[in-house]
Amino acid sequence: MISRRKFLKNTALGIAGGALSLAAFEIIDPKKLMALEAADGKKIRWVFLVDTYKCVGCGMCVKACKLENEIPYDASVTRTWVERYVLTKDGKVHADTPKGARDGFTTSKIDLGVSEEAAPKDILAKPEENGVHTYEDINPADIDKAFFVPKLCNQCENPPCVQVCPVGATYQAPDGVVLVDRTWCIGCGYCIMGCPYGVRFFHPVYHTAEKCNFCYHRITKPDPQNPKTFMKTACVQACPFGARQIGNIKDPNDPVTKIIMTERVGVLKEEYGTKPQVFYIGLDKEVR
Amino acid sequence: MKNHVLRPFIVFLGIVALILIARIFLVPKDFGIGERGYMYGWHRHGNEEEWKNQIIKVKYMGKEYCKDCHADKYGSINKTPHRIIPCEDCHGPAGTPEGIVHYDADKRPKLPIDKSRAQCLRCHYPLPYPTSGRSKIRSIDPDKHNPDIECSSCHNPHNPMGGLR
Repeated sequence: MISRRKFLKNTALGIAGGALSLAAFEIIDPKKLMALEAADGKKIRWVFLVDTYKCVGCGMCVKACKLENEIPYDASVTRTWVERYVLTKDGKVHADTPKGARDGFTTSKIDLGVSEEAAPKDILAKPEENGVHTYEDINPADIDKAFFVPKLCNQCENPPCVQVCPVGATYQAPDGVVLVDRTWCIGCGYCIMGCPYGVRFFHPVYHTAEKCNFCYHRITKPDPQNPKTFMKTACVQACPFGARQIGNIKDPNDPVTKIIMTERVGVLKEEYGTKPQVFYIGLDKEVR
Repeated sequence: MKNHVLRPFIVFLGIVALILIARIFLVPKDFGIGERGYMYGWHRHGNEEEWKNQIIKVKYMGKEYCKDCHADKYGSINKTPHRIIPCEDCHGPAGTPEGIVHYDADKRPKLPIDKSRAQCLRCHYPLPYPTSGRSKIRSIDPDKHNPDIECSSCHNPHNPMGGLR
């Protein structure tokens, strides 16, 4: 015999479960996104494509991004960075991104950062100067695979950072790019905690939330050399190897759209339901 | 209604009215819901324009920007494997945060050329990484290969395959 209390409880749970949108379980499908977005009448939806086979870890993109977007050059924050993954035969993953790869990777040693035991209590002061910086040597014969993965804001279709902003300082522009209103941000840091990809940080000068915005001042201007197209982001332009590309997923003739539609591409952390719009060629399961 | 209920209620109404009046003056006229609705589009519309044209100036101009005046360098590097490297990667961006660009003849900023060994080692340090393009680039051991001099004292970065200087 079911008790009244149990019956009510189960009913409430059943209704709550039934009300949960099926969209929450949906896995991203770029084709559907393109069709859906082509139908809504808007002309532009910026997406990004990273080819990890082409990336050599030179870090020119990070340098260009910092200079272009006026992110203090020596501060340990950056809108984009490059990660190195070295997978060895013993099944271990060795990953680092020294200074966000602003100066590239000019050593085969893996940067393990400043060890906490050795660092004094006031680790926030100047960790590099106070702690003991440790490195790990990897024998080239032990390497199974090794590669570089550039990271930047995914300009999610469902941006969690925007949802959590209590004042409407961060928002999604009509072309899909997530922007931060510096005059409106109160610096609560919810968005920095909310981003599953860790792309947000506090700007050291303005003390407001800061993030990659696909160089919004560039992608909204026509390219002087080819006025029919738009300027590329600083990182795309600085990359000698074509590892980074930006495109408009609503334009079926865009070379980036063609690759996303016809080749095998992956996204980061799709299980979060954020629908990230940075697509990767050659993504490995070890990449987080 | 009893007085001890009514009086605080009036104070409460007054506070609500004050907040509503203050809101008229404090909230910008263009603040509202964007195309993405309350959840994703709640913002000040003027900020889109600020990001487009005011907050940051374009600094990296691209290779074609240099072509007209530096046709010789543009032409020569294009015959070498280094043609894929944009000029500004080594010479620095052609624009400044103030919006001065290299075309401005009077106040043209001098571009600092990065001739450091570290700059060349970004690509030419040996990293034997399978599945990465890095392993296909020719490299040197910086500790053994003339450690104290700039690469460009022997190699011409605009013509790396053209023999030593």
